[in-house]
Amino acid sequence: MSWLRYLDQNGQQILQWLWFHTWLSVVPVVLGLAISLPLGWVARRYRWTYAPLVTLSGLLYTIPSIALFVILPGILGLGILDPLNVAVALTIYTVALLVRVVADGLASVPDDVTQAASAMGYRPVQRLMAVELPIAVPVIAAGLRVAVVSNVSLVAVAATIGVPELGQLFTIGFQLAYFVPIVIGIVMCVALAMVLDLVVVALTRLLTPWTRAVVAP
Amino acid sequence: MGLIIDFLTDPANWQGPEGIPVRLLEHITYSAVAVLIGLAIALPLGLLIGHTGRGTTLVAGFANSLRALPTIGLLIFFVVLIAPHVHGKGDTAYLIPSEIVLVLLAVPPILSNTYAGVQNVDPAARDAAVGMGMTGRQVLLRVELPCSLPLVMSGLRSAALQVIATATIAAYVSLGGLGRLVFDGQAQQLYPKMVTGALLVAALAMVTDLLIALAQRVIVSRGLSGRYSRGRTLARDEAPAELAVHAAATGQP
Repeated sequence: MSWLRYLDQNGQQILQWLWFHTWLSVVPVVLGLAISLPLGWVARRYRWTYAPLVTLSGLLYTIPSIALFVILPGILGLGILDPLNVAVALTIYTVALLVRVVADGLASVPDDVTQAASAMGYRPVQRLMAVELPIAVPVIAAGLRVAVVSNVSLVAVAATIGVPELGQLFTIGFQLAYFVPIVIGIVMCVALAMVLDLVVVALTRLLTPWTRAVVAP
Repeated sequence: MGLIIDFLTDPANWQGPEGIPVRLLEHITYSAVAVLIGLAIALPLGLLIGHTGRGTTLVAGFANSLRALPTIGLLIFFVVLIAPHVHGKGDTAYLIPSEIVLVLLAVPPILSNTYAGVQNVDPAARDAAVGMGMTGRQVLLRVELPCSLPLVMSGLRSAALQVIATATIAAYVSLGGLGRLVFDGQAQQLYPKMVTGALLVAALAMVTDLLIALAQRVIVSRGLSGRYSRGRTLARDEAPAELAVHAAATGQP
């Protein structure tokens, strides 16, 4: 019954960490998507920018998270424990992952579809918003799922330098050599990742009603 | 910035058992051992699964669910589980559980990329090999393995990056390596020391990525990568789908 007792005694604290953890996982994905959409569009529209943009994002993606958590405060002029560092670091990773995904997603739109849209009188911006982006949603969503799930795991790493989130359960468990908080932390991180993944899947279904259309026999 | 240069140019930080070269070497050793063991497990298993087509759904599910597991939680779980039962010199008690976790992290990207690579081999190439009278083993080793190398190598890249990153966090559980600079620097409130450690880890990751990419250029057949010497360049629209291969290399530690 040590599990229930631990949860009972520390429930308030754990819920607060869960709350922070959720924010730190979600906000960077939203910001990252907002930044990647125009960048990915540029990489697709001006082909010569594709290689440098994708190389640069690949390079950013190789930097281990703990290194970024430590380097960013110096660059941003923030305290090392400021959760904003974690948010910025994860936004960078999300952008690094999604720029290529958005560009490839837009490239996956069949040419005859864009031509048909143009012939119907869609202007370039209209066509992007009403035709190309919706068709690219499944590809972009697949990238978003990877981003959101790995973010949950990356946020936990920041606990080693003291940022308050679910990873604190691991550092506490290590200091006490006590399994209960560690296992609770793992279960909660996995559960959070699964829930956020499901949210992305649900949003994708909402945005792509045609994929559920019944095919005529 | 000046403080970081001061730290890097102070000779005291380059000597002794806690000097930068020793930490770097420790980091490379931990990572190389884990990646090699991971490769020794994942490559044959991936080839087998890809060749026979058995167990693919199981492996795909396993690899995906491992992405959701927090690496730091896994690391600490194994340390608390195993460390009290290991009696040895120095940091063996922390080294063994850390290496187990590092191997656990190295296996999925190599495994899933290997079997996907084997399964993505052009069926015509496989049929041709069978038609030439190759046995199953020959088809696997002489056709399927060489053809799947681009994907295998990108799996190796993500595995190496994941391991290098997690080896840094292993310093939190009292292990050596470059992470020591980060966590000791924090304990001593020496921000330049922390940043030095972080910069070195980032540099190590980038250099490793570059080296594996170079190795990939050397060992992947030119017939697959489409890099011919000047004058024999393929027509533009024939350029092979190297991009699709890279897209599989996602998995940030």
